[in-house]
Amino acid sequence: MTSPDRNAILAQLNFARSVPRPVFDFCTDPSLLDDLPWLACYLSTGKHMAFYGSFITVLVLLAITAPIALAFGFGGAMAARSSFAPLRWFGKAYTAMVRGVPDIAFFLFVPIAMDQGLEWLRHKVKCPDWDLPVRQGNDFVVCDAAKLPLSSSPQWVHEGYGFALAVAAFAVVFGAFAANVLYGAMQAVPRGQVETGEAYGMTARQTFWRIVVPQMWVFALPGLSNLWLILVKATPLLFLLGVEDIVYWARELGGSKTSTFTYPHSDWRLYYFLALLVFYLLLTQISEKIFGRLSRRLSHGQATLGGEAQRKAAV
Amino acid sequence: MKRILLGTAALALSASVVSAEVVRMGTEGAYPPYNFINDAGHVDGFDIAVGNELCKRAALTCEWATNEWDSIIPNLVSGNYDTIMAGMSITAERDAVIDFTQNYFPPDPSVFVGLSDNIDLPHAVIAAQTGTIQAAHVAETGATLVEFATPDETVAAVRNGEVDAVLADKAFLAPIVDEDSELMMIGPDVFLGEGMGVGVRESDTELKEKLNAAIQSMKDDGSLNELIEKWLPGAATF
Repeated sequence: MTSPDRNAILAQLNFARSVPRPVFDFCTDPSLLDDLPWLACYLSTGKHMAFYGSFITVLVLLAITAPIALAFGFGGAMAARSSFAPLRWFGKAYTAMVRGVPDIAFFLFVPIAMDQGLEWLRHKVKCPDWDLPVRQGNDFVVCDAAKLPLSSSPQWVHEGYGFALAVAAFAVVFGAFAANVLYGAMQAVPRGQVETGEAYGMTARQTFWRIVVPQMWVFALPGLSNLWLILVKATPLLFLLGVEDIVYWARELGGSKTSTFTYPHSDWRLYYFLALLVFYLLLTQISEKIFGRLSRRLSHGQATLGGEAQRKAAV
Repeated sequence: MKRILLGTAALALSASVVSAEVVRMGTEGAYPPYNFINDAGHVDGFDIAVGNELCKRAALTCEWATNEWDSIIPNLVSGNYDTIMAGMSITAERDAVIDFTQNYFPPDPSVFVGLSDNIDLPHAVIAAQTGTIQAAHVAETGATLVEFATPDETVAAVRNGEVDAVLADKAFLAPIVDEDSELMMIGPDVFLGEGMGVGVRESDTELKEKLNAAIQSMKDDGSLNELIEKWLPGAATF
């Protein structure tokens, strides 16, 4: 094949890739359309598809982060109660320090530090004969093979990596808050309950797992539900890590567009943010319902006001 | 011994995968017509058109990545991408932290835009994007500077009366003024910076030389001027 042919084919391929098939057949020339078809075409552009996809990104992030943060919190609370002093200091320092650092500063620092730390370790393993310094003035330079992800990886790998860093950062921050909530909840379990367990000859470990842990959740729930709702609203911090969340897309799509774009319009941010408002309110409503149900269930048979009320109602 | 051999085999294998040279190009994606996300959801604009042509001439495989303007330099120096092509003007402050290639866009005027031309610019409230040469200029003139994270927000602030005027690149503001009868340019053009260059890490001299040569060849055969006329009609050419 001669090279001009190949160039022509490449150009066609490029064209095909940059202009994806519209969802509706009538979307070929938006400037000629009436309002309603125009809107249908506008709302089904590739950019809007990315916007709709970002809702799923946010929900997946929440679904993964919440249990990991809870695990961090449980670990932190256990450490803070430990009778082994260094572990106790670690638990207390973790909750105190992370809760004291502003989220935005934490998000700018920790993922970059984690990323560079991992790259440095890989650099030591993969490129032992590299003789240049890793820090050159302002630059952080590791060999190509140590890059994380590799420069040659496709875009989704880079996005997935950013997402994983985000999950880790969220888990550490919200884990610290959860640790404090769980620590308080563990302390709130009536001493008499634990004493009864001890009277039956249970060890400290047994009273912890069989008496404290099952009973503490009802005390932890209000604090944990607060944390969950704060986490739900914290996702715009994702953009600091290059993950495009719903707020980023709402701002980007809503901004006024000149005729450089296929679908020019004035400042529509209000409408996009209204859509986000509805989404967040719905999410809050669903969360409230689930937490209400959980609270009823956890109060069952507990020596608390809620548990007592349930017992009386059942009689 | 077997384990060591396996280890080296894995290393050799991973090394061969890396050998294809991929250059990650960082851009903002919020500054039309220099760089923006088009309706199909892809990066587009003058920076991207020039960048793709540079990569072709320098025989590099390029991938575009978007990053918020605020952290666009820190992420370059920490190696998350290898170049910045985001309508970034060459200035002494930036040059102290990163390196620039020769300019791919000549020094182009900035301009004030407001709702009326009856504004006392040195004493007015002026919007500019954070960390731009325009923001630095406004701070120097003694006017009250209000900074915004994205270019679009600076114009929105003028429209809703939060500020008296915005200072930004003329090529960015011109199409906006053309399509909005309420907005107008105020006062003479302001010349800032030394033109726009490709930002690279200071340690990355090899890439810088390759890009410099490619920019020179685009200047020599006039293809750079063609792209300027296509994307930024009316702007200065080389």
